[in-house]
Amino acid sequence: MTGPAPLPPELTPTALAQDWRRLDPRMLLVHPVIEAGRYLPLLIAVFFFGGTTRSNGQGSYWSVVVLIIVMARATLLWVTTRYRITATQIELRRGLLRRRTLTAALDRVRTVDVTAHALHRVLGLAKVSVGTGVSDRSGRGGLVLDGLTASSAASLRADLLHRGQPPPRAGEHSPAAVAPRSSDTAIPAADGRSTDTEDVIVTLRPAWIRFAPFTLSGAVTVVAVAGFGWRLINESGIEPERFGILRYLVPRLRRLPTWRLAVEAGLGIAAVIAIASTAGYVLAFWHFRLTRHTGGTLHVSRGLLTTRATSVEERRLRGAGLSEPALLRVAHGARVTAVATGLRVGRGAERGGTVLLPPAPRSVAVDVAGAVIGSRAPFVARLRRHGPAATQRRWTRALAAAAPVAVVGGAVTGRLAGWELGLAVAAAVVAGAALLARDRAAALGHETVDGFLVTQSGSVDRRRIALAADGTIGFVWERSFFQRRAGLVTLTATTAAGRQFYRVLDVDPAEAARIVTTLRPGLIEALLETTPHMVPSASVEPTLPAATPIVEAVQRGAESSAGAGSGEGT
Amino acid sequence: MKPAGAATDLREPRHRVSRRAVPYWTVKALGRWIVGGAIGALLLMVFVPDTGWRIGVASVVAVIAVIHLVVMPRWRFAVHRWELTDIAVYTQSGWFAQERRIAPISRVQTVDRERGPLEQLFGLANVTVTTASAAGPVRIEALDLATAAELVERVTSTAEISEGDAT
Repeated sequence: MTGPAPLPPELTPTALAQDWRRLDPRMLLVHPVIEAGRYLPLLIAVFFFGGTTRSNGQGSYWSVVVLIIVMARATLLWVTTRYRITATQIELRRGLLRRRTLTAALDRVRTVDVTAHALHRVLGLAKVSVGTGVSDRSGRGGLVLDGLTASSAASLRADLLHRGQPPPRAGEHSPAAVAPRSSDTAIPAADGRSTDTEDVIVTLRPAWIRFAPFTLSGAVTVVAVAGFGWRLINESGIEPERFGILRYLVPRLRRLPTWRLAVEAGLGIAAVIAIASTAGYVLAFWHFRLTRHTGGTLHVSRGLLTTRATSVEERRLRGAGLSEPALLRVAHGARVTAVATGLRVGRGAERGGTVLLPPAPRSVAVDVAGAVIGSRAPFVARLRRHGPAATQRRWTRALAAAAPVAVVGGAVTGRLAGWELGLAVAAAVVAGAALLARDRAAALGHETVDGFLVTQSGSVDRRRIALAADGTIGFVWERSFFQRRAGLVTLTATTAAGRQFYRVLDVDPAEAARIVTTLRPGLIEALLETTPHMVPSASVEPTLPAATPIVEAVQRGAESSAGAGSGEGT
Repeated sequence: MKPAGAATDLREPRHRVSRRAVPYWTVKALGRWIVGGAIGALLLMVFVPDTGWRIGVASVVAVIAVIHLVVMPRWRFAVHRWELTDIAVYTQSGWFAQERRIAPISRVQTVDRERGPLEQLFGLANVTVTTASAAGPVRIEALDLATAAELVERVTSTAEISEGDAT
């Protein structure tokens, strides 16, 4: 890191070096509402059950007391929280009794997230989360400034990310097929500074919402809401059959035959999930925009009610992933995620900051992924197949896992509903496993192209990952007992980015060696041997005492004893 | 680059671990079997009322334990190997499932040598070499002390030369 970049007037080091600042006072309006929302179940519980049996109406008083406590806590949160930005670090202090000071060195800042939910936006505020990579992973509370004005949040983000950086590696990002609509609009820095230009890589088209029902992202929400509703009905002792449409519906449904009820319920649930998924898609990805800035960052902004802006330094980017879950594949859709150091991998791409493209047409996804990493080849290249042994392993594994399920499921169903149905269940399980095995085998593939390791696998959650060769750190060859028998190896490239490791499943050992020598020339050449085949030897030759000198000049071939393949029987 | 048709794989790392690794792994596994066996026995007493069943289950577990204690350490010793070149740390480990790991010296972040009570009893040390990847630590178990010290020294002095934050 060279000297600090010019900070905006209100953030110059001299002005701020000693000053501890509070968050925006308008947060006094936000915190209580948020906190009250968080304690809403408690408030409701107190309101209804606070007075318990005899004292009628006492509950409402108690709920007022609880509300006051919650409000006081929220106010305290604002009073006790202070932050400051010095020339070298950003510090956050909070807590009344247990004071905590969080510190992050400015040159370690890797990602900056600006989030604004509906209430924030009404008041013109935003929340800034600063990611420093390491602390993200260890799971401790990160550095979050909840409640800056939207404009100072934006300029803070720009400053944190563009501090004294060299311009982006020139020529590395060739204009991709997406035809970046070069618009010279400045990023929305409120004070009118326009040192920063941006290239729009992609923006959301409303037509892409058609992919939302294929994501099943709504299923979780629907299940949660249904579970909550079910409990509420049970606890409150309300009989839902007596109310509204249900009074009319329930007796009708009761008269239907079981299979029709099952079909109709299935369709109904599918429809509800599709609607929820669509709503979720719109809420999360409306106004989605992926841009590249001259400062060397990728910038994602999105959201209908809660807006979210994530910035990733391009020098932290180690690749990208094209993700095609089974359902989305049916609709010819895909999404794109980033593989970057310091960017957490959340559950589901929407949760983490890693999403570079929401579910969209596959061709667009390929273009975006290509534009992000500067090469389209990894996502269009024909992949090398893994061969019949790898295919057989997919089948063996799927069927071995399905067999007990089929037997138990079939037996239980047969016992309860007749042997025909039991047999049908068992057959369905086996058929499902076969479909899965076939699709998983078809997915397997890898290639080394344009300085990237490309690996693809999976059926229900198929992914093609492109990992830059210089992003790989080490390699792991895994061989289970059965893989050794099949003459296969799973090669894992370890990396500091994304999920930390990416696998090439079940490849020929020679191909694994070829991958590594292509990605990192010089790393393993001295450790290779040439044998006609993997010679499995049951006995291990008792050579080499344990305490030989450690580092020798390794001469290739000179000491490679042909029988020393892997020392285990087959 | 390589002669076509010839299958090329990694050769094994050069060095075996200390011979005392076999008793070390045996005692370590024995400790786990004793703890697991005690818990299992407790569960048997609570959930299985029939004495015949109790004896049956217990003897099956005991036979598996003895086979494991005899086979596993020797198999492990046959597999576990390591090597340090000027470029990389290279290890082979496991028994039923095996793995080989390579970490470039230039990407090494820390080198730990650790000795628990059991390791001290056998005069052994475990060395762990970590990189910036959370999935990438290379661990060499059961080295004798002199070898471990020399290894740590070598890796440290080589890794110091490398630059950058190694991500």
